[in-house]
Amino acid sequence: MHAKEIILQIAATVIAHKDQLTDLDRAIGDGDHGINMARGFESVTAKLSPLADDTAPAEILKTVGVCLMSTVGGASGPLYGTAFIRLAEVAKNGFSPDNVEIMFDAVIKGIKDRGKAEKGDKTMLDALLPAKEAFAEALRGGSSLYEALHAAALGAQAGSERTKNLLARKGRASYLGERSIGHIDPGAASSALILQTLDKFVASVRG
Amino acid sequence: MLPTCKNAARHLGSMIYMVGIVIVSHSAKIAAGIKDLVDQMVRDHERFFAVGGTSDGSLGTNPVAIQKVIEKADMGDGVVVLADLGSAVMSVGLVKEMLDSDLSQRVILADAPIVEGAVSAAVEASFGSSLQKVVAAAQAARQIEKIC
Repeated sequence: MHAKEIILQIAATVIAHKDQLTDLDRAIGDGDHGINMARGFESVTAKLSPLADDTAPAEILKTVGVCLMSTVGGASGPLYGTAFIRLAEVAKNGFSPDNVEIMFDAVIKGIKDRGKAEKGDKTMLDALLPAKEAFAEALRGGSSLYEALHAAALGAQAGSERTKNLLARKGRASYLGERSIGHIDPGAASSALILQTLDKFVASVRG
Repeated sequence: MLPTCKNAARHLGSMIYMVGIVIVSHSAKIAAGIKDLVDQMVRDHERFFAVGGTSDGSLGTNPVAIQKVIEKADMGDGVVVLADLGSAVMSVGLVKEMLDSDLSQRVILADAPIVEGAVSAAVEASFGSSLQKVVAAAQAARQIEKIC
């Protein structure tokens, strides 16, 4: 597993989408999601770059979590921070398809614990829950880990797009009530972006 | 004048507590402003702390900075925390997990409006009240009617 390389690519992708994420957040939030995520992942890049390429995934993931929670500034700091720290714990058991499914559950539980959100509240969970469902369904249907990750990325993307029709019940967007409908949730968009980058990476490694 | 030595006060039979209060805002200016407002009523600088903004001075919250302030605010009798919007609340939740477990148990996030709750909590704490009483005072601020 190329944990360091994967995270550095995710960081580069998030930083490259800074303006897009900020525009989404400007519509229904406080307009800083892209800026915050870019700040967090710039700090992640600086922290990971000096580490050896074969640093254990659990250590990489924990470093990412601690870094994000201390530098992001917005809600995505504690949320993604918690997610990556929970991922690190599960990653110690390796990357078998079953364990990766446990990783999805750990991330979802971490984000629920921290943000107290549920399905349909128009949050990052509305990208992550469909991603996990698509992943599990693909595995049950006999797909490989890579195929299942691709299904998860598509599930996250579709879930993120569906947040457009939802009314926000959590976070800054909830202050907008009905007016939050018609816009994609920035947190769902960044979650989908992260999973898409992971999918692209594993596809490129496989050739 | 309140007794300053809580052990002496305990010997006298009346329990005097030193409960710390921490304000957590997205904005360093809001945090500092609430502290100014409270200092005007309760000149008790030792137990009232405010923290706001990210590590680079933008709007947001920094769990590492919050943790340091909570550790400073604890004098052994616990800390009441008041936070502003959602992610400040989340950051405090995260900090509670990062704190030493003994301290974590006596750090309570009050479900209260940040300005009114801070004033109520500071006044209650200045009487030497317990952690539970200071939390209750902060939360009672939810019921304050501004226009009667």
